[in-house]
Amino acid sequence: MSDLVLEATDVAKSYGRGESRFDALKGVSMQVRAGESLAILGKSGSGKSTLMHILALLDAPDAGSLRISGHDVTSLSTADIHRLRNRDFGFVFQQFFLVPDATVLENVIMPLKIAGVGVRERTERGMAALRALELDDKARNRATALSGGQKQRAVIARALVNEPTVIFADEPTGNLDTVTGGIVEDILFDLNRDKGITLVIVTHDEELAARCDRQIHLRDGLEVSPELAGAAA
Amino acid sequence: MKTRDVIASAVQNTFRSKLRTSLTVIAIFIGAFTLTLTSAIGAGISSFIDSQVGAIGAPGVLTVTPVPEDAPADDGPAVYDPDRATGGASIDGPPGMAGGGMNQADLDRIAEVPGITGVTPAVTLPVDFVETAGSQRYELTLDLATGLFIPDLAAGAAVADVDERQLQLPADYVEALGFADAQAAIGQPVTLGVTDAVGGHHEVEAVVAGITNPGLMNLGPEGNQALADALLAAQRTGVTGEATPVYLAADASIDPASTPEQIAAIKADLVDAGFQGMTVADQIGAFKTVIDVVTSILNAFAVIALLAAGFGIVNTLLMSVQERTREIGLMKAMGMRSGKVFGLFSMEAVFIGFLGSAIGAGVAIATGLIAAPLLAEGLFAELPGLEIVRFEPLSVAIIMGVVMAIAFLAGTLPARRAARQHPIEALRYE
Repeated sequence: MSDLVLEATDVAKSYGRGESRFDALKGVSMQVRAGESLAILGKSGSGKSTLMHILALLDAPDAGSLRISGHDVTSLSTADIHRLRNRDFGFVFQQFFLVPDATVLENVIMPLKIAGVGVRERTERGMAALRALELDDKARNRATALSGGQKQRAVIARALVNEPTVIFADEPTGNLDTVTGGIVEDILFDLNRDKGITLVIVTHDEELAARCDRQIHLRDGLEVSPELAGAAA
Repeated sequence: MKTRDVIASAVQNTFRSKLRTSLTVIAIFIGAFTLTLTSAIGAGISSFIDSQVGAIGAPGVLTVTPVPEDAPADDGPAVYDPDRATGGASIDGPPGMAGGGMNQADLDRIAEVPGITGVTPAVTLPVDFVETAGSQRYELTLDLATGLFIPDLAAGAAVADVDERQLQLPADYVEALGFADAQAAIGQPVTLGVTDAVGGHHEVEAVVAGITNPGLMNLGPEGNQALADALLAAQRTGVTGEATPVYLAADASIDPASTPEQIAAIKADLVDAGFQGMTVADQIGAFKTVIDVVTSILNAFAVIALLAAGFGIVNTLLMSVQERTREIGLMKAMGMRSGKVFGLFSMEAVFIGFLGSAIGAGVAIATGLIAAPLLAEGLFAELPGLEIVRFEPLSVAIIMGVVMAIAFLAGTLPARRAARQHPIEALRYE
């Protein structure tokens, strides 16, 4: 699916019911084109994370439709969706989500293990991904023993190890200082440029968003013009 | 995820929280240890009993005694029946022989029961004591050998139907009578004391033909026909007229190949005729029942321990699922199917079960192998050939399988909870 295009049409999502009902998305239409870098901008509660979850097939919209490379997602089987998430998507989270008592390498090869890749191959590919992020000397260390920047590089290595077509990054620099954050940003944009991996970055950081090819601004579950989003800030 | 990876990951995860895992394993250990040991004891005793029954060659013999059917406890005293009570009312039988004796007519009635091929009365010979030159006088209850049972001999041979007066003695008489060992007693003369009808004392010489091993079914001392004739002749000194012989029991021969159903039918016919028949297996059965009850009670405790351990597994894994909520969310986000998540956690439960049962069975086997020889020399020294514990690979495997099955069942609840996690909610979980 190298020509993978994500296309959301009028997607809506709400949580809870009754008094506590919260409409996270109220009808958003957008596209992600193959090979581009896209920033989804907005304050907390704007629905940007929810949109990313829906695009990444981690969550199903209540209304609206989602097409991947022209196929309606509802027509895909559960196994297809699992395969898609495992092979074509990579995930980078603000909170890292590394398994603390496993080694860095074990963390990085997790998607390969889930995919059913053999021990030898997954070790090789895991080490290659770690080398690419200059973490190969930390492969046998516990994940908890890493610094913040190293952790996020390990997470990127994990997102990269399956050679995905899209990397979804949720506030990838949110927990990092400016310098380390800058390094992590460079890595992500290098991947986008050199390997043609599509980037979908959810952030409230205007500078990070500015480095992307395209920006989508969300506010209260709706897409708004950049001025409006800025005015509310 | 490959099945091998699921198993390997589950094993790895088991050791993540070592203290919690060990505590759960201990609970299973106790259950598996007890079950393995009790089943081994059960098997050991059973095989001992079988060997005992087999050694005396008893499957073809029923010991027949009169049924005290007229005297059920709640119906008051039995009504006197001159046809049945053949002097039984006055017979000086051992305690518990409430049914009284049997005469020749009774033996004939037993012989008429279909399936019975022969009847031999159990004759107790009138011996007061036994002694050797220089030994003390010891009491001796000597029976006339019927030849139906094959004695379990420590030395010598069974008494034979020859002119020489022979007897066989249990092993505990060897030392008492001043013999060095069982072998040394063979062929040695002993003196038996008899009191006659008018109070006169007689002594009868006999030769020791064999020494029997102690066992559950003590055949007891037996003498051959020549000895019996001499003893009875001595006892009848001064008796005038014929006495009607009275027997406490008789041995009825049946086809040794009889099925349990056929034996049951013969027993039922005997009851109709007013007698009860017991095979050696039945008589040992009382002992076996006690062992069975004890092992069942221990097994029940072990099963209770295992059930409690099952809840321990549920608890351990629920905590584990709780702690690893984010990891589960992450794995599901990365495309791990719910079925594999379920497999991962239920496999962890099975592995905990495996650890507990393997260690439990291993320690039980070690304990049994160490304790058995000590007990065999100490507590059970009087029962040579008793293998107190017998570990059968199949029953150990079954126990481990059952424990792992219980562990799996206990693991399904937490595993289902893990499998149902929604990736996003799991990742958001604080």
